[in-house]
Amino acid sequence: MSLLVEQPGILSLIQDYGRFGYHNLGLTTGGPLDVHAFKWANRLVHNQLRASAIEISIGGLNLKAQGDIYIAVTGANMPLTIDGRECDLWTSHRVHSGQCIALGYASEGCRSYLAVARGLLIEPSFGSTATVMRERIGGLHGTKLAQGDVLPCADTHNLERLTLPLNNRPVYPSHARLRMVPGYQYSAFTQLKKSLFFSSKYQLTDRSDRMGMRLQGPNIASSIRQMLSEGICQGAIQVPADGQPIVLLNDRQTIGGYPKLGSVMAIDCACLAQLRPGDWVRFKAVSIHESHNINSVAALAFTRQHPLPVK
Amino acid sequence: MNVAIAGENSFIVYFANQASPIISAQIDLTIQAVLERLGPAIVDLIPSYTSLLVIYDLDQVDHFWVRKQLYAAINQPEKITPGSSASTELPVYYSCESGPDLELIATRSKLSIEAVIDLHQQGCYQVYAIGFAPGFAYLGEVDPRIATPRLSTPRLKVPQGAVAIADRQTAVYPAMSPGGWNLIGLCPLKLFNPTANPPMPIKVGDQVRFRAIGKAEFLHLGGALSDNLFGHSGVI
Repeated sequence: MSLLVEQPGILSLIQDYGRFGYHNLGLTTGGPLDVHAFKWANRLVHNQLRASAIEISIGGLNLKAQGDIYIAVTGANMPLTIDGRECDLWTSHRVHSGQCIALGYASEGCRSYLAVARGLLIEPSFGSTATVMRERIGGLHGTKLAQGDVLPCADTHNLERLTLPLNNRPVYPSHARLRMVPGYQYSAFTQLKKSLFFSSKYQLTDRSDRMGMRLQGPNIASSIRQMLSEGICQGAIQVPADGQPIVLLNDRQTIGGYPKLGSVMAIDCACLAQLRPGDWVRFKAVSIHESHNINSVAALAFTRQHPLPVK
Repeated sequence: MNVAIAGENSFIVYFANQASPIISAQIDLTIQAVLERLGPAIVDLIPSYTSLLVIYDLDQVDHFWVRKQLYAAINQPEKITPGSSASTELPVYYSCESGPDLELIATRSKLSIEAVIDLHQQGCYQVYAIGFAPGFAYLGEVDPRIATPRLSTPRLKVPQGAVAIADRQTAVYPAMSPGGWNLIGLCPLKLFNPTANPPMPIKVGDQVRFRAIGKAEFLHLGGALSDNLFGHSGVI
């Protein structure tokens, strides 16, 4: 059983939860930019939460089912049709062999996740199927989906269909407040630059991708001119000499030599990844204790939100 | 030594202000101590020059526990003996045919091409960091006489195995990629092989030496030379 890619859309990538434990070889994490929507896609088709799915950026993906399957699409507001019939997002659907699954272009948000019951059956490399195009690793051939690609999956019958109630679905506005934990070279930035950073709006530029979101706004360059390359974690806010911050995401390089203010919490990196060029963000500093609380509350909320059966 | 927060799930340990083989050995020892104490709670470790980034699993442990364990791991008394780290020898076919920037380095340094090759292969290099691309190892430091700044315009195509110099660093390109380092030879071995275990013959903290080989041995060891090895532009 499989899914045939009839139109790949702008950027559709196979992603599982990410590649961990290989940063020492220079391999980055990859994985879904919006982990929340990714986990829900898998949960709605009764998958293990880290199963391989498709991340669709902007939209335009058309697939043909070659077998009877169940799917769910979550994330950005991308119109979903199955054989021309409009279908609800955040809901599992039955797809019969020969039917076409089509995703239009997102009206709100930027990334969607399409999960198939029992997951896409892709051979992992370095323990993961996450596609990192820069490294030519993961997915089918280390690159984005292309017309004619065949994605193996399992035939599924009699799955209980689920839907996430409307009030539990996230909304994707064109701005975000990014909570960050101060760290790295934070003290090498003057108080004035830090005040400027936390009180200003920064706009997403079009030079943003899965490696990092390049922002534009008041100059907040540090006094550091040269430093030795060091390990970079998810969400790190890098400030090169031009004083324009870059928030580093899933496909970031593992080491780098620019000063950093600290790191955006993963939960807010997901919101950032749903923005488009021209949208704006603000930053808010949180202590490491607050970040732990925020994560605990979010984890609890996720387990306590229950999808309802579709009648 | 200084332990700083890097992010919600990571610490960065700074060992010194300047890189040296002793600091590298110390980082290597710390990695082992961290793995012993924090084992399964570690998601990833990134050693580099003078620091170690420790990424931990927030589902299992919290900041307080990791910080406590990290301090214990750092303060574990261990004898540091530089030079006891693993050493690897890499064969290199140095020539103008396989290293299009050899001539440029020789001219800059007012040395003969043979002298440049000699100086490069006499060095014993420390693996300071791995990054930029999978398997790309930063080795230091080359003799100051052959230190050469990066090309002003990077090449669009540097072949797999290219041995290169940038300032006082040297490296072997693990795969074909764009690159701005000065190319002086080719290594016939595959330095990053996803299907091998381990995928890389070297790790951070190891030492590397280069051994000059001739064209015949290069080809015998699996090396390949083709017409358009360095892209159309040739030198620079």
